[in-house]
Amino acid sequence: MRPLEGIVVLEFCQFLAGPSAGLKLADLGARVIKIERPVKGEACRQLSIKDLFVDESSLLFHTINRNKDSFAADLKNPADLELVKKLITKADIMTHNFRPGVMDKIGLAFADAIAVNPKIIYGVVSGYGEEGPWSKKPGQDLLVQSLSGLAWLSGRKSQGPVPFGLSTADIMCGNHLVQGLLAALLKRAKTDKGVLVEVSLIESVLDIQFEAITSYLNDGGKLQERGDVEGSAHAFLSAPYGVYKTQDGYLSLAMGDLMFIGELLQVDLEKYQEKHLWFEFRDEIRTLLSEGIIQKTTDHWLELLQEKGVWCAKVLNYQDLDAIDFGMPMKQTIENSEHKKIVTTRSPIQFDGEILMSRKAAPKVGEHNVIIQKEFIR
Amino acid sequence: MKPLEDYLIIDFSQFLSGPSASLRLADMGARVIKIEKPGTGDICRTLYTSDLIMNGESSVFHTINRNKESFAIDFKQPEELAKLKKLLAKADVVMHNFRPGVMERIGLSYEEVQKINPNVVYASISGYGTKGAFKDLPGQDLLLQSLTALTWLTGNEGDGPVPMGLSIVDMLAGAHLAQGILAALYRKVTQNVGALVEVSMLESAFDFQFETITTFFNDGGELPVRTKTNNANAYLGAPYGIYQTKNGYMSLAIGSIPVLAELLFCDDLKQFPENKFTLRDDIKSILAAHLVTQDSEYWLNILEPADIWCANVLNYEQLFAQEGFQVLDFVQQVEMLDGYTYKTTRCPIRIDGELFTSGKGSPKLGQDNERIITEFNLC
Repeated sequence: MRPLEGIVVLEFCQFLAGPSAGLKLADLGARVIKIERPVKGEACRQLSIKDLFVDESSLLFHTINRNKDSFAADLKNPADLELVKKLITKADIMTHNFRPGVMDKIGLAFADAIAVNPKIIYGVVSGYGEEGPWSKKPGQDLLVQSLSGLAWLSGRKSQGPVPFGLSTADIMCGNHLVQGLLAALLKRAKTDKGVLVEVSLIESVLDIQFEAITSYLNDGGKLQERGDVEGSAHAFLSAPYGVYKTQDGYLSLAMGDLMFIGELLQVDLEKYQEKHLWFEFRDEIRTLLSEGIIQKTTDHWLELLQEKGVWCAKVLNYQDLDAIDFGMPMKQTIENSEHKKIVTTRSPIQFDGEILMSRKAAPKVGEHNVIIQKEFIR
Repeated sequence: MKPLEDYLIIDFSQFLSGPSASLRLADMGARVIKIEKPGTGDICRTLYTSDLIMNGESSVFHTINRNKESFAIDFKQPEELAKLKKLLAKADVVMHNFRPGVMERIGLSYEEVQKINPNVVYASISGYGTKGAFKDLPGQDLLLQSLTALTWLTGNEGDGPVPMGLSIVDMLAGAHLAQGILAALYRKVTQNVGALVEVSMLESAFDFQFETITTFFNDGGELPVRTKTNNANAYLGAPYGIYQTKNGYMSLAIGSIPVLAELLFCDDLKQFPENKFTLRDDIKSILAAHLVTQDSEYWLNILEPADIWCANVLNYEQLFAQEGFQVLDFVQQVEMLDGYTYKTTRCPIRIDGELFTSGKGSPKLGQDNERIITEFNLC
């Protein structure tokens, strides 16, 4: 039995952060109902990658919203709003990511929700919190990355800021929302009262920088510098940490005993015996290592280094990755109401030894109105 | 009231992935006891190669392990293991991130712990799962980023693989483990049953890339192609990226190219009446050449009022000076038992308006032994 069976979640969220949290809850067993405006539905339905659509909705939408139901309601229409309020009385959790003030205007702020369901758990995703000069700014992933300092951690020093190539703020914020909502369920179990959970993209992307920010705070405000040779991987770590070009691909080397690694790679690192030099001269050392590593193939080095316990890996692409048998299924097939099948990823959390699969694709707008009305409203 | 008050978590994990999960649970109110090897402790105290040492140990250790207790015990000695088991019998959660088989050899597999604590939530993080050919390989962040193709999403097309510059896979696995543990605790509260929660860095890295991997599964197996310059997402069209200006950098997320051409007085952009994905390299190079001619503020003052999604690119020094950052109250000071204080970040989640701060710094190795032995009667 999945841990969240019986939990009902109403998702007013759009795009990625909130809906990715809804997906996690759904895979853990919750019943997640998207509350969407009639006809058009959630905005992400029309947002596509490479123009890929499954039905009227994009593949992107299907990726984020599988395993959910849809209830179409026009929140500006009083009759629909009443229905939604009735749903709230039956729900455990509701989430939204409207800009500050929007839910107040609709009449579904935390206070309104608590008034109809004193035990509701109310999750809010914002870009920058509810206060201060940034609270009105668009909470968009790249902008949040840019403001948060994150862009100075990847790539090389001479490249200027390099953003993370995925919506990292959104995804981490979604993960934090899940944590907050689940903790709220535990709090509610003790107090029997509703709970307000708030997360923001900026706090989430600052949280993942906790190591870098703590160093900055305790190191006299020194700004970290990235290395400036190809394959630099971490501003705070010494050689050999990084990616190296081989004769036929790329090899990553994590932290390790540099002298021993130098010996195995037959690179003369005599000058750098003292450990503190591994950081100070990381670019010079990494250049010397590169000159050795490029002489042979990735598999040659892997075999040699792995046998000696050196932490290394081959750099793969999606085609390589897809061909590997990891001893467990890494993907699943989902099917929409028109029997169209899509292959996608699955929940990363295994429970009681079970991989949490689900065949259910994302819903059409309002696909479950009738069923939900019967079941919850009557 | 913190939501996890009264929960006891016994944490065998080291480095970042597991300890970042227990930090979150500690901040939300749980009592976390780190189980460490006498003498050396969590390898992160010393081995994690960072440039900054604080109070004799790595800054990274202090960041991840504040708000926890440390119990140093050599559980390979049978009599010590027996003591430890008395502690485990009282735990709500037992968690570790050893490689598959290690806890079994110690005698603390899920089944063994269940014998002394039938409703325990037993949680683990592995590198690559517990089956399959990769299971015994080191589960290290850069290696996982490399193996799961994450390195082909950041940086520009000609750059080769570019890792994300922090241990993102560790943190994702930690976040997922915390989710699994919380879900299991909820089920424990409502149904009085324990659970086995398993997360791997591999599955977490797949989950992080769920949008791009699903695209790959459904677009005929095409590999991502980053833009030649100003890349911020291999799958998005222009202008999505960071651009150099006369005095710094700014980011531009989404905006119609003809509208941008008007607003920025960029005549060269007018040749692109549509925002064609296939022309994104050309559009970006024209934008880059144009934006570098004026200061960031000059452009932001034009674009922000027009609702174009854009932002300044800040470093920590600039960020900390912003009112938008200061109102978050994101920095807290913590104090170790010996009086050493340091500043660090706080938990990113607010519940009922409460910020989960805690003044408790990281523990010295074994600092809580005596108290734990007395309290849990482990003699």
